[in-house]
Amino acid sequence: MVSRVERTPFTTWWWTVDKLTLAAIGALMLGGIVLLLAASPPVAGRLGLDPFHFVNRHALYLIPAMLVLLGTSFLSPRQIRRVALMIFLASLIFIVLTLFIGAEVKGARRWIAVLGVHVQPSEFLKPAFVILIAWLFGETARRPEMPANFAALALLILVMTLLMLQPDFGQTMLIALVWGVLFFLAGMRLVWAIGLTGIASIGLAIAYFTVPHVARRIRRFIDPSSGDTFQIDTAVESFMRGSWFGRGPGEGTVKRILPDSHADFVFAVAAEEFGIALCLVLVALFAFIVVRTLARAMRNEDPFSRFAASGLAILFGMQSVINMAVNLHLIPAKGMTLPFISYGGSSLLSLAYGMGMLLALTRERPRAELLASRRDFVAAGISS
Amino acid sequence: MHAPRGDAMDETTWRQRAVEGLFHGRITDRVAKSRVRIGMAIAVFILVYGVIATRLVMFALIPDPQVVRRGTAQDRVSTARPDIIDRNGEILATDVRTPSLFAEPRRIIDVDEAVELLTAAVPELDANELRERLSSRRGFVWLKREISPAQQREIHRLGLPGVGFLTENKRIYPNGPVVSHVTGHVNIDNQGMAGIERWLDGRGLADLHTAGFATDRLQKPVELSVDLRVQYALREELTAAREKYKAIAAAGLVTNVRTGEVIAMVSEPDYDPNDPRQALDKSRINRLTTGVFEMGSTFKALTVAMALDSGKMTLASTFDARQPLHYGKFEINDYHAQKRVLTLPEVFTYSSNIGVARMALTLGVDHHKAFLKKMGQLDRMRSELPESTDPLVPKHWGEINTVTIAYGHGLSVAPLQAVMGIGALVNGGKLIPPTFLKRSEMEAVLLAKPVVKPETSEKMRYLLRLNVEKGTGSRADVTGYYVGAKTGTSEKVVNGHYSKTKLLTNFTAVMPADNPRYLVLIMLDEPQPLAETKGYATSGWNAAPVTASVIARIAPMLGMTPRFDLPPAERLILVKSAQ
Repeated sequence: MVSRVERTPFTTWWWTVDKLTLAAIGALMLGGIVLLLAASPPVAGRLGLDPFHFVNRHALYLIPAMLVLLGTSFLSPRQIRRVALMIFLASLIFIVLTLFIGAEVKGARRWIAVLGVHVQPSEFLKPAFVILIAWLFGETARRPEMPANFAALALLILVMTLLMLQPDFGQTMLIALVWGVLFFLAGMRLVWAIGLTGIASIGLAIAYFTVPHVARRIRRFIDPSSGDTFQIDTAVESFMRGSWFGRGPGEGTVKRILPDSHADFVFAVAAEEFGIALCLVLVALFAFIVVRTLARAMRNEDPFSRFAASGLAILFGMQSVINMAVNLHLIPAKGMTLPFISYGGSSLLSLAYGMGMLLALTRERPRAELLASRRDFVAAGISS
Repeated sequence: MHAPRGDAMDETTWRQRAVEGLFHGRITDRVAKSRVRIGMAIAVFILVYGVIATRLVMFALIPDPQVVRRGTAQDRVSTARPDIIDRNGEILATDVRTPSLFAEPRRIIDVDEAVELLTAAVPELDANELRERLSSRRGFVWLKREISPAQQREIHRLGLPGVGFLTENKRIYPNGPVVSHVTGHVNIDNQGMAGIERWLDGRGLADLHTAGFATDRLQKPVELSVDLRVQYALREELTAAREKYKAIAAAGLVTNVRTGEVIAMVSEPDYDPNDPRQALDKSRINRLTTGVFEMGSTFKALTVAMALDSGKMTLASTFDARQPLHYGKFEINDYHAQKRVLTLPEVFTYSSNIGVARMALTLGVDHHKAFLKKMGQLDRMRSELPESTDPLVPKHWGEINTVTIAYGHGLSVAPLQAVMGIGALVNGGKLIPPTFLKRSEMEAVLLAKPVVKPETSEKMRYLLRLNVEKGTGSRADVTGYYVGAKTGTSEKVVNGHYSKTKLLTNFTAVMPADNPRYLVLIMLDEPQPLAETKGYATSGWNAAPVTASVIARIAPMLGMTPRFDLPPAERLILVKSAQ
C-alpha cells in the first residue's frame, strides 16, 4: 500500500490524483482493444493486411500512450505550460510541413512521416492549443495589461487557417468550438459569446457554400433521399440488429460493409456485436470523465488550471459526443474518432497526453502551494 | 512570467480598463462567473449525453427489421397443408419441400465474388441480372425459387455471407387437371384459393398458419369421397364426348345416392391446379356447382314424384295430351307428341310436357312450390366447395311458371342440386346433402331428411327403368347394370328467347334401378347434331350414349356385380313394391 508518511513524488501523486477518472480512462483503453478486436480485422482484410494488424498496432501504441498519460500527470501546471508550448510549436511546424511534403490521403494532407512513423500533427496540436488558450484566458485576469484576448484570437485564426489548408474541416470546427467554450467559461460578456456564435454560423455558412462535401453532408442529413446515406443507414441498422445485448462477438456483419468500421463507426460495430447495453456503458464512462473533471475544475482556485482542465475535458467530451451522435444519426456525418476506442496511433498518443494533463491539472493541490503561485497577482484585485 | 506585479493596479491605464470592460463587463466577480459557466457546461454535457443514451435506448426498443422480415419469411415455410387423398388413399394434392435461394444484398460484401461463385454453382442464374439484384440496397431478394439439394449443399459450402436458403412448401397436384374442380388450388403463398383447398383454410387452417402451428407435415390427410379411377374414366369419356359432339362444354357427376357422396365430378374444360392462372378463364368454371341451368325434362321426374307422392294420382292416372295446352299466349307442345290420352308412365316415357303441366296444375302453385322447396331446389345448395350459386327462381310464381317448371324450364338450379333431388326420389325418399368428403351410410342416415314416401320412391325407380326399356333413355341401357334414366334437353336462352339450335342436354341415370346405389349425370353444352344421331341433338342422342359408356367403364370399378337376364321393370320392381 502506498504510505502517506513517506513523501516521494509518487506518493504525492498517488494521494492527489483523481483515481476514479484514471480508472475510467483505463477502462476506455481496455475497451478500445476489445472493440478493435471485433471491428478492425475485416478492414485489415480489405486492405490486404494481417487480420490483427490494427489490433497489434493499437496495442503497441498503448504502452507509450500509458507512459505518456502517467508521465504527464506528474507535471506541475508550470511544466504543463512549457511542454504545451513546445509541443504546440513543434506541431505547428509539422502542420506547415505536411502542406508541402505530407502524404495525400483521400484528398487531404494531414499525415507526415517522422522517423518512419506516420503521424498526424494536428492531433498533437489540439491539447497543446487548449492549454495555451487556457493560459491566455487565465492571464487576462492576472495581467490585464497583456493583450491576452487578442493573442488567443490570433492563435485561433492561425491554427484554423492551417487546418483549413489541409483541409481538415472536422478538426477546425472542434478547435473553434473548444476555443469558443473556453472564451465563454473565462467569463466574457454574453454579447461576445453571441457575436462569436454569429461569426461561427457565418463560417459554417461559408463552408456550406464553398466546400461541396460539407454541403452534401448537411443536405443528406436533412433529406436522406438526396444522396448516398449508405454508411449512416448501415450504422443505424447495426444498432437495431444489436438490440440490448448484441449478436455476440464476431457475429456482426456491419463491420464488413462499413469502410471506417475501425475508426469513425466503431461505436456502431460495438452495438451490433456487444449490444446497446455496452454502448450505454461507454456513454456513461465518457460522461463520467467529462462531468467529473468539469466539476473538479469548477472547484479549482487557480484560473489557469480551471480553464485548462475544463478545456481538455470539453475537447475530449465534444469529440466523443460528435462521434456518437454521428453514429446514431443525430447530426450530419462528420469524420471524428471516438477517444481511446477508435484506431489511431497519433490520436491515442495525443489523447494520452491530453488526459495526462487533465489528470495533472485536477490533482488536489495543497492550498499553500496554490497561494504561493498566486501570491504575485493577489494585488491585481482578484480574490477567491 | 513570474515578475512581481504588486503594483499592477496602480499601473492600470484607462486602456486596460476599457479592454476589461469590453470583454468582461465592468463590475464582475470573474471567478464566480466562470464557475457558474462551468456549471452550465456540465449541464449541457449531461443533457447531450442524455440525448445520446435516450437514442440508444430507442434503438434497443425498436424491433429489428430483419427479425420482422425473417418472421414473414418463416410464414412461407409454415404454410404446410395437409395432403388431400381420394377415397382409396391416392394422393390428389401434397406439399413438396424445396429450398429456395435468397440474398440480403445489404450484407453482401463482395458482389463480384458472389456473382462468380453463385453462377458457377447454379448455371441457370443470369450473371447480369444476379449482379443487378445483389447490387441493390434491398433487404431481401429471391435469387432462385426451388433449387436442388445438391445445389443447396454446394452454395452452402461457398460460405457467402448474405446468401441463405428458405425451405418453401410447394403444393403439387400429381394428377394435373383431373380433379381440379374438386381440389381447387392454392396461391404462391400456399393459401387456398378455390375448391377443397379453400374450404380447408376456412375450416381453421388459415388460423393455424397465422399462429404458426401448421408447420409439420404430420397433419392428418383430408380424405375425399372422390374415387380417382372413376374421376379419370369420367373425364376421359367427357373429353371424348365434347370432341365428338363439338360441344362447348361437357360435365359429369357420379354420386352415391345412399350417402350423398360425390364419387366423381368433372366439368370440362377444366384447368391444371399446378398452373392456377388457367382458372381465371371464365369458360373453365365448374358448371356443376357454380353454374345454374334449366334442367329440362329431368325435372319431370320431380313433377311426377310430386304427383304420385300427393296421393291424388297413381300410376293408372291418365292425362289428356291430345291438344297442345294453351296457357295465356303460350302454347305448350309435346316433343314426341302422341296426340292421345296418356297414362302416367306414358307421360314419363314420352316425356310429355302437356302431361306434367296438367299434373302440376292439378296440385296447384303452392303445392308445387312447397314441394320443390322441400326438395332443396329453391335455395342455394352448399357443399364443402366454396363455389356455389343461388338458383334462379321466378320472382312472381304464377300458374304459368308452375306449368313451365313442371317440365324443367323457368327455374335454373345447379346440376349438383338437381342430382340431390333426383337422388332423394330413388333412394327411398331421403334428401341427403351432397358431400365431397368420405361419408358412411350411418352418417348419411343422421343427415337424411325424409321428403317423399318410400312407395313413391319405389314407383320412381320403376318409371326410370321403364324409360330405359321403352322410352327416351333406351340408348343408356348397359347390359347387367339395370340402368334407369331420364333425359333432359333445354333450349338455351339467347337474347331473351329460347333458341331452337343452342341446346343444353343432360342425362340422369341411376343403377341398379331396382335398388339404386349410384347416380350418373352427364351434361353437354351445345352439342351439335351428327349424321350418326340422324340430325338430332337432343339428350337421348348424345348425353344418353355417353352415360352408357361411362357406366360401362365405372360400374366394375364401383364394385357393381353385373346381373344378367333380369325381368323387365314391371315384374322386378312393381311386383316387389306390391308385396
